[in-house]
Amino acid sequence: MKKLHLSAIALTATLALPAQAQTEIQWWHSMTGGLNDWVVDLANGFNASQKDYKIVPTYKGQYDESMTAAIAAFRAGNAPHILQVFEVGTATMMSSKGAIVPAGKVMADAGHKFDPNAYISAVVGYYTAPNGQMLSFPLNSSTTILNYNKDAFKAAGLDPNKPPATWPELALAAAKLKASGHKCPFTTSWQGWTQLESFSTWHNTLFASQNNGFGGTSARLSVNSPLHERHIENLANMSKQGLFVYKGRNNLGDAPFFSGECAMATASSSTYASIKKNAKFDFGIAPLPYYPDVTGAPQNTIIGGASLWTMSGKPAKDYKGVGEFFHYLSNPEVQAKSHQRTGYLPITYAAYKLTDASGFYKNNPGTDVAVNQMIRKTTDKSRGIRLGNFVQIRAIQDEELEQVWSGKKSAKDALDSIVKRGNEQLERFEKANKS
Amino acid sequence: MAVEKRVRFKSAWLPWVLLAPQLLVITVFFFWPAGQALVQSLQQQDAFGTSVEWIGLDNFRRLWADESYLASFQTTAVFSILVAGLGLTIALTLAVFADRVIKGAAFYKTLLIWPYAVAPAVAGVLWLFMFAPSIGIVSYALHMMGIEWNSLLNSGDAMTLIVMAAVWKQISYNFLFFLAGLQSIPKSLIEAAAIDGAGPWRRFRTIVFPLLSPVTFFLLVINIVYAFFDTFAIVDAATQGGPGKDTAILVYKVYYDGFKAMDLGGSAAQSVVLMVIVIALTVVQFRYVENKVNY
Repeated sequence: MKKLHLSAIALTATLALPAQAQTEIQWWHSMTGGLNDWVVDLANGFNASQKDYKIVPTYKGQYDESMTAAIAAFRAGNAPHILQVFEVGTATMMSSKGAIVPAGKVMADAGHKFDPNAYISAVVGYYTAPNGQMLSFPLNSSTTILNYNKDAFKAAGLDPNKPPATWPELALAAAKLKASGHKCPFTTSWQGWTQLESFSTWHNTLFASQNNGFGGTSARLSVNSPLHERHIENLANMSKQGLFVYKGRNNLGDAPFFSGECAMATASSSTYASIKKNAKFDFGIAPLPYYPDVTGAPQNTIIGGASLWTMSGKPAKDYKGVGEFFHYLSNPEVQAKSHQRTGYLPITYAAYKLTDASGFYKNNPGTDVAVNQMIRKTTDKSRGIRLGNFVQIRAIQDEELEQVWSGKKSAKDALDSIVKRGNEQLERFEKANKS
Repeated sequence: MAVEKRVRFKSAWLPWVLLAPQLLVITVFFFWPAGQALVQSLQQQDAFGTSVEWIGLDNFRRLWADESYLASFQTTAVFSILVAGLGLTIALTLAVFADRVIKGAAFYKTLLIWPYAVAPAVAGVLWLFMFAPSIGIVSYALHMMGIEWNSLLNSGDAMTLIVMAAVWKQISYNFLFFLAGLQSIPKSLIEAAAIDGAGPWRRFRTIVFPLLSPVTFFLLVINIVYAFFDTFAIVDAATQGGPGKDTAILVYKVYYDGFKAMDLGGSAAQSVVLMVIVIALTVVQFRYVENKVNY
């Protein structure tokens, strides 16, 4: 009897032991639907690969909501270990020095060598400090591309395998689509990101001084250049002629493309999975159009998406777990699988080569467009755009561009206004972050 | 000699004890946050609160220098007058009619009170679904009738949309109070007027409406406060302040700057301005409008 009792204790002890020794790592994210499944699979994959740590992913609302939640939690002293932050929140996170631990340091402390050259520079460069340290771990990066409806192209007498490469070509294609009875030849999602920000780096033109904010917080906007004005004026004319139809802020332009209402749309490359699932037509992916007479174009587009930030104030052993998890995420197989599953960009060259070798790009035409736009060697003007109070600047771009589409302001007035109002935000950010 | 009929408590502490629970609630949920807003409006801090700097009145100076902020005063005035005016008028009309209904009164009343249970954000989305260009069922019907509705780019349409949603949500509350007010008016007064030969409109104008004035006054204050403070979720869901900034009412900017853009100092300064406006409006209402109220 006594023996049985003892063995029962021993049994409970052995069962309880792994659970007690395991350190839980909290991960707040903003991924829904199929992307939520992906995040859960990443956590499960890591948890199964070792016994010491357990990643617990929790959905905390959309990007801005989870960031607000994490900031409130940090102020109350119970922040998560890992927080997924969208790219426009990057400068805010970077400047909150006491609140975060650099991802590069976390990985190094966990005993993993961090080799910056293994990572695709246009992706990782965005999240890297001037001293070369990677501050956050790029989880999901996308870029701007052009989606087009091949069936609509055929119906309008256009070659479905020859998408418009330049803006003048796009306008001609839109006119033909309209003539064939299409009510919405062209629309866009994320108008500020696609038509001004990515547009700038794609033409190797500065969006803001100080190398788009990479050189310091004294950056000021320069989006009222003749090139920007020409493009917005061009879009305003297209809007007047019914060739460009405005469908709203953020990603509201995506749904009309999925439904077939709009024939062409500049959008995030991460729309791939949704279009594949929803579209009842043959679709194609093309690089973002450019103006052929601009020297240096096309250069490279910029990233959107989000990265993982490590929050400060946790025990040292927890950070080892975070470092192990980041190391797991950098693994080429894990990376390549994520890239092929979600349409997000690979973050290492090895993952890109692995995907290429597997024949994925050949079997899924168009999936390589975003990668090709990104793996070029970046210039100082095209590395990315990293500005303080970027959330507000995005809103200012939305507000002013809407005035152009509704015919209330000229392209020049609206762009001047973006510069003026945006610079007020930048001045304030500079003042608040003078250390 | 008149006999003092009221009971008097001589105790000095008893009134305070009896008031204490209410005072505690007001302190925790009103004075404390309001005080914090005042303090934060003089500060500039980063999102995580790791660095706090006293900057005096800079937050306020920045607001006065911002043209779009000044423009949003006008937007807010238009919005609030429309919401309070339409909300009160429609609710009073409905209450007068519901008061006369004899059969199925409970059914009508239940339906009319229902929207009050809907959260503002849900109300915004609901109306957006009906009126969204290209997918909304109402905007589709309007298109069929030859009316081009586009709340994305037409400011008038956008303002109409948020006013409709905000009014629709508040009508129930107003209706409830108006109905209770109507039911407390002695029937004998109205019957006497009817015998004297006063028609329905005259009876309403000279007897019902004056007797309703305390309720109307109370609702006016409540509706203005509602339009000023409780409507940001509707704006956020339906228009996000657009097109441009044409539907960005003051409280929406407070919400946006504080919770989306993490500018706590600027947001606090705006809420202080808003607080001052509403206090001023309430004082004006009590001083000048209340004179016309018959209790």
